[in-house]
Amino acid sequence: MKSPRFPYARHHHGTPGRQTPALDCQNVSVRYPRADRPAVQNVTLKVETGSRIALIGANGAGKSTLLKAAAGLLPVCGGDIHVHGSPVGGCCHRVAFLAQRGELDWRFPMTVRKLVLTGRYVHLGWFSRASNDDHRIVDETLERLQIADLASRRIGELSGGQQQRTLLARAIAQEADMLLLDEPLNAVDAKTRSVVRAVLRSLSAAGKTIVVATHDTHDIEVEFDRVVHLSGGQCDGARRRLDEAREEAQEQQTRLERIP
Amino acid sequence: MSWISLHDWFARTWVGAPLQYSFMRSGFAAVVMVGITCAVLGCFVVLRRMAFIGDAIAHTALPGVVIAYLEGYNLFFGALAAGLLTALGIGWLSGREELREDTAIGVLFTGMFALGVLIISRARSFRDFSAMLFGDVLGVTRADLILMATILAIVLSVLALFFKELELTSVDPGYSAVIGLRADWLRNILLVLLALAVVTAIQAVGVILTSALLITPAAAASLMTGNLFRMMVVSALLAILSGIVGLYASFNYGVASGAAIVLTGTTLFAIAFGSRSIMNLKYRSFRAM
Repeated sequence: MKSPRFPYARHHHGTPGRQTPALDCQNVSVRYPRADRPAVQNVTLKVETGSRIALIGANGAGKSTLLKAAAGLLPVCGGDIHVHGSPVGGCCHRVAFLAQRGELDWRFPMTVRKLVLTGRYVHLGWFSRASNDDHRIVDETLERLQIADLASRRIGELSGGQQQRTLLARAIAQEADMLLLDEPLNAVDAKTRSVVRAVLRSLSAAGKTIVVATHDTHDIEVEFDRVVHLSGGQCDGARRRLDEAREEAQEQQTRLERIP
Repeated sequence: MSWISLHDWFARTWVGAPLQYSFMRSGFAAVVMVGITCAVLGCFVVLRRMAFIGDAIAHTALPGVVIAYLEGYNLFFGALAAGLLTALGIGWLSGREELREDTAIGVLFTGMFALGVLIISRARSFRDFSAMLFGDVLGVTRADLILMATILAIVLSVLALFFKELELTSVDPGYSAVIGLRADWLRNILLVLLALAVVTAIQAVGVILTSALLITPAAAASLMTGNLFRMMVVSALLAILSGIVGLYASFNYGVASGAAIVLTGTTLFAIAFGSRSIMNLKYRSFRAM
């Protein structure tokens, strides 16, 4: 993949080894501006490259906040987050973030196709126009999420599920190595549910790291490698989890070694 | 009919008569250029819900213009300095997060406008300054026209260069932050362009009506198309139309030019709104082009 001539942000291209976790949170605390107490407190979480993690917990448990901090949308007020071995914002082309639907201006005059195309912008940078390759990737992604027929529709005319598939299409069109998904299955129709599940499965099979914040615990054991409980902004049983994470890391390593 | 008499006949029609005067020809050139500048920028103003800030920058230009006039500086630089100061001041006040942005704007712009009125009231009679408050498009000089053309060129080229980023930060500032695109820089670029556009618009329609040039054509265009680029083209065409029709009305009926231009724009908006409503009634699921 070619890198942009005038990138939006400076990339710190370390060459992360195989052992570098995709997401590494050490004692992370995050506070919203103007809030008294942090929404996330002392969370330590290690996500191995290629794994599927579910962050679960009630509303207000800090799932979204943690994902937003990892995506660089909120500053960390304590601890460290490393993404693919770089500090947050250091390699934003490798991280795609699916925000909740309400955080976008759906009344804006824009087509579905154009919105998905914005997922390519991080690879274009300033002053560059989308190439044929970019357009091809967008078309393929639209097919994949079964919204090719909506491509020229205005984003304001979409149903909730179609909006969600459009946003996921943009995240996928970015061709990131890690996807941070905030409630991807919240209040969507059955078709979207099955399409999204299938797409996530195939992304995972392609070696992408997937972190999903959800309060939907249905099917959770089958879909994810590991489940992390958050409550009141803290990891439940952080100590136990840390040990588990270590074990898992070792297990992962042996698994990786077994792959020829 | 010979060529000369054809020309004479044209000069007597209501279309040709105003064009015999050089001040009218400059006036037409001015309203077209100012119209395009404001209408194109206005699309972002409307879509990003910055209408209030556009109005504020126009109003706060008043003390700048007045001080420049009294001290014998170029009015353009007075207006530009005041406009930029406001844009940055609003950013600074609301960035401290103790005040909401619209509150910061409300406090700053009424204060600045009152300062302008205060200085006028001490200086001379209000009459000298009516051109600033209500515009004087028929008094534009050659230098003004060159300035308007320059600002038009600057605005169009900056918008062309940053179009995809401006579009993305308008529709989804959150996502642009994720990919490392600084939405606040683009907002500042937009504010500077806005200050430039407002300076030219003051000449055409005055401080009080300037925000109409920014908002009305863009608002009408937003009802007619579902694509940002096309919206900008339609908005510019509507602005040109209302500028020309407004000036003709002003010439033929002897009414204030700024008000005539703005009211023509308002009428076009009303037509767009009315036809959109009828279409919505006719086809329940009417889809914009």
